[in-house]
Amino acid sequence: MDTRIIVVTSGKGGVGKTTVTANLSACIAKEGYSVVAIDADIGLRNLDVVMGLENRIVYNLVDVVENGCRLQQALVRDKRVENLFLLPAAQTRTKEAVSADQMRFLCDSLRGSYDFVFVDSPAGIESGFRNAVLCADEALVVATPEVSSVRDADRIIGLLEADGKESINLIVNRFRQNMVSKGNMLDVSDVSEVLAVNLIGVIPEDDSVVISTNRGEPLSLSFQSPATRAFKDITDRLLGKDIPLSLPQNDEGRGFLAGLRKMFKL
Amino acid sequence: MGFLSRFFKVENSRKDAKERLQVVLIHDRADISAGMMESLRRDIISVISNYMDISEEGIELQLEKEKSSVALVANIPVLRVKRPKADAAKEEEKPSRGNRKKRNTTRRK
Repeated sequence: MDTRIIVVTSGKGGVGKTTVTANLSACIAKEGYSVVAIDADIGLRNLDVVMGLENRIVYNLVDVVENGCRLQQALVRDKRVENLFLLPAAQTRTKEAVSADQMRFLCDSLRGSYDFVFVDSPAGIESGFRNAVLCADEALVVATPEVSSVRDADRIIGLLEADGKESINLIVNRFRQNMVSKGNMLDVSDVSEVLAVNLIGVIPEDDSVVISTNRGEPLSLSFQSPATRAFKDITDRLLGKDIPLSLPQNDEGRGFLAGLRKMFKL
Repeated sequence: MGFLSRFFKVENSRKDAKERLQVVLIHDRADISAGMMESLRRDIISVISNYMDISEEGIELQLEKEKSSVALVANIPVLRVKRPKADAAKEEEKPSRGNRKKRNTTRRK
C-alpha cells in the first residue's frame, strides 16, 4: 500500500490548520480510505477536541516515539468513520520532546499500513514545524486572505521548497465573497498569484465550521454547508479528480439585490 | 478623487493589501536584511561622493515592485556637483537640491 503523507501547515497560527486536518481526514476516510491524523503540535494539543476524540486518548505521540507504548495502542479509532485514526499530541511535553530521527521512525512505521497520513503542523517555523514536514510527501498550505497570513504562508512555501517538497498546494480558508465584492478583501486570485503555488481549494467563512468544532463532529458527517462542499471538493482533487474551482458564494446575502449583484458579478 | 470614491463607496483596501504584500514579499524573498541595506547605502554614498556632495540624511533607498520586476529606487538629494578635475577653471555650479538619481520611479505612498 502506497501511503501519502501530507502535512497541513501555515506559518501563522489560527488560520485553520487543525480544522482543515480534521475535516479532510474525515472526508477522505468517508471515501473508504484508511487515514491517520497526527497532531504534531506537542504541548498544544487540539486536533483531538476538534475531531471529538479527546475522551478516548490513552497514549500519545511522545509515548510512541519514546517506546512507552506500541503505535497501535496510541492510535485512537474514530467510531463514527471507518478507518479514521488519530495520533494525539502530548499535552504536558514540549516540541523538543521529539527528535527528527524519532519522527522519521514514526512515519516509516505508518508507511505501508494506511492510505493517508495527515500531519497537523504547529504554527511557527521552529523544530515543531520541521518535525511535521520532515517525512511529508506533500504539503497543504493554509492561508486566510489577510496580509499577515499570506506573508507567513510565503515564508513557509519558501522553506518547503528549500526542503525539496515538490507537491505544495494552497488552501484559502475563511474566504468572504461579500467582502471581496466590495473590494475589501484579497481575492483568491490575488493570494494564489502572490504565492505562486497551485490552489487546491477555497473554504468559505462558515458558521457551521464553528458549530462542528463546538460539537467535535467533522463537517462531512452531519453538516450540509458551503464549507462541507469545499472540503469535499478538496478531497476529490486530492484523490485526483478534476473538479473545477468554484468560489463559494455563501455569505453573498439573499434577495433580489444580491441576486442582481451576483448576476452581474458586482 | 477622495470625495468621489467616498460618494460612490468605492473602498479598495484589497488593492492596498495586495500592493503592500507584494512589496513586503520582495524583501522577504530576497532576504535583504536591514544590515545589508545599510551597507549598500554606505557603498552608494561613498561612490557618489566622488562626484558630488549629497545629503546623507536625505537618502531614501527602497526596493520596489514594478509589474513583474523589482527596482532599486534611490532618492538622493544632491547638494553640490563637484567641478570636473580636468576643467578646474570652470565656475562652481550652483547647488541643486532634491535631484533624483538612479532610476526615476514614482514613489508609492
